[in-house]
Amino acid sequence: MARKTTPAKTAVVTIAAWTIGFLIFFPILWIIILSFKTEGDAIKSPLQVLTSGWTLHSYAEVQTRSNYALHFWNSVILSLGSTVLALVIAIPAAWAMAFVPGKRTKDLLMWMLSTKMMPAVGVLVPMYLLFRDFGLLDSRIGLVVVLTLINLPIVIWMLYTYFKEIPGEILEAARMDGAGLKSEILYVLTPMAVPGIASTLLLNIILAWNEAFWTLQLTTKNAAPLTQFIASYSSPEGLFYAKLSAASTMAIAPILILGWFSQKQLVRGLTFGAVK
Amino acid sequence: MNMTCRALLGATVSLTLAGAAMAETTITVATVNNGDMIRMQSLMDGFYAKHPDIKVDWVTLEENVLRQKVTTDIATKGGQFDVMTIGTYEAPIWGKQGWLVNLNDLPAEYDVDDLLPAIRGGLTVDGNLIAAPFYGESSMVMYRTDLMEKAGLTMPEAPSWAFIKEAAEKMTDKSAEVYGICLRGKAGWGENMAFLTAMSNSFGAKWFDMDWKPQFDQQPWKDTLNFYLDLMTNYGPPGASNNGFNENLALFQQGKCGMWIDATVAASFVTNAKESTVADKVGFALAPDNGLGKRGNWLWAWNLAIPAGTQKEDAAKAFVAWATSKEYLAEVAAKEGWANVPPGTRSSLYANPEYQKVPFAKMTLESINAADPTHPTVDEVPYVGVQFVAIPEFQGLGTMVGQLFSAALAGSSTADAALAQAQAITTQEMTRAGYIK
Repeated sequence: MARKTTPAKTAVVTIAAWTIGFLIFFPILWIIILSFKTEGDAIKSPLQVLTSGWTLHSYAEVQTRSNYALHFWNSVILSLGSTVLALVIAIPAAWAMAFVPGKRTKDLLMWMLSTKMMPAVGVLVPMYLLFRDFGLLDSRIGLVVVLTLINLPIVIWMLYTYFKEIPGEILEAARMDGAGLKSEILYVLTPMAVPGIASTLLLNIILAWNEAFWTLQLTTKNAAPLTQFIASYSSPEGLFYAKLSAASTMAIAPILILGWFSQKQLVRGLTFGAVK
Repeated sequence: MNMTCRALLGATVSLTLAGAAMAETTITVATVNNGDMIRMQSLMDGFYAKHPDIKVDWVTLEENVLRQKVTTDIATKGGQFDVMTIGTYEAPIWGKQGWLVNLNDLPAEYDVDDLLPAIRGGLTVDGNLIAAPFYGESSMVMYRTDLMEKAGLTMPEAPSWAFIKEAAEKMTDKSAEVYGICLRGKAGWGENMAFLTAMSNSFGAKWFDMDWKPQFDQQPWKDTLNFYLDLMTNYGPPGASNNGFNENLALFQQGKCGMWIDATVAASFVTNAKESTVADKVGFALAPDNGLGKRGNWLWAWNLAIPAGTQKEDAAKAFVAWATSKEYLAEVAAKEGWANVPPGTRSSLYANPEYQKVPFAKMTLESINAADPTHPTVDEVPYVGVQFVAIPEFQGLGTMVGQLFSAALAGSSTADAALAQAQAITTQEMTRAGYIK
């Protein structure tokens, strides 16, 4: 039976939701506001910041100093490349774990997730040496592989959870109708798991876009994504809030817009299977 | 072979040879993103006119990110950079490891003897110059001339710590949000520990004795920390344990600090009328002392160094020689004015009558000359470095001790407890690293 809701209750819940939403979004909003201020105004008290003049000066300076287009393009290639590669590996892996689990499948899943618990800096030197010896330093290919490996455990886990929701009987029926393994995954399983795959894809793009350890350590100029673009705008000596905010706004804008337009898909995918 | 074919072949060979002779060498320069380095990137025409066959690619990063990145690259011989911007902390450590190319063979017109002795001394390992200074800085007292006058005091050119305390007390007006003194409190080896280590030198303290035994249990360190905490608790701004260079800069520019002891590079910021509300009311003085023969100022320089193993050593040397030359300083002066010339590296700059007109030029030079990285403390010590100890372990140690002292400033610990913990941690780490037998 549906619970009774009064208009007052709805109003309270709505206000609470909007307040929480605003609080979560506030840091980003403040970054956007600061990006339109001068360095001198950006360090003033919040009230003075809001009442001071607006300028595009920081954006102009950031454009002059950095090659935004190159960094942006690298971010796109790295996040899309690593996501596609991760899905190609993760879909068959998740299929196997969901529909033909072995004795140790659960342990395997836990082990995969445990690799995420290791601090990245712990393997910095061996990774750097491997990249050096294979000629992969400052290359997009090398970083696509690294980002794929970093996010693979999460991708496999998410897909495994979605696949578990799909009745095995449907796949069985497909098999009885003569579908091979490839056809079963490509034409039966994948279309049914589209919302789950879509949300995994979006989440992986966001994670890869924001990755700021390996992308900073393993690149110099040719493959450097937007994380390095941002890293060049803070400074221990000298005012930098406005320029850093402008650089940050330019770096997060694409992913923010993508997230905005795909939020329905993202929420649906993330809550898929949450209610049985 | 007919004449046409021969002519074509000859032309092709000539063009190929000419092409090879004119082949462009691209060098990658890793640099910190301070104002002077950013300015250089827009003044490269002079270099390209002199070296049309060399192209420079820049990797510009924030100091801490840069430090981690170039350290990883040079330690693993990654070969990503042909020129690296390094500080005076890294230079002697890397030089001793043989990781840097010697710069002893720079051309005569470079005039290596023109480099300021204090700066050059910090970049010389076993008699070899292993990096060229791009800009140098020390620390000094910046104070509000109007508040000093109101307090009925006159700042001496070389004040003592006792005078600083007296002035801080008289300048403080908490009801008007004016605090007598602003000092670094944020934890970090390059943050509060840069200030406190330099300050401790003037109190006769030191990090280690000649046997590398930590000295935080000795009276000079107790005097240093107690004086600092007393000064900041009574006359400093609220929340000072979170304040680093930028936070104090903002406070000073907004007229909330009577005095600020920090990097000489801050002088150009606080006197810039576009950013500072007190630009025309700032005076400068040497960092304070306690009459023990050492002042509480530090010495730092950002330097250009060439990693050993680079395939483009000649091009890298040509760039380093140009970027740290007298010629470059003159070029900056011509295009951006004398106040924007990278300071603190060459004697000839301070002998220039035009540069002497810059308000903070004299005090910057005197502050740099007052620091001696090879003899930083009152007593003899086994290490080099004024506000740091040039050993690889110092970054970690300095930050750990900085956290303890920052906690004491925040009130969550006492001076005695912080010093006892600092002594214990440092002894443990130095024993583990093999310094203490």
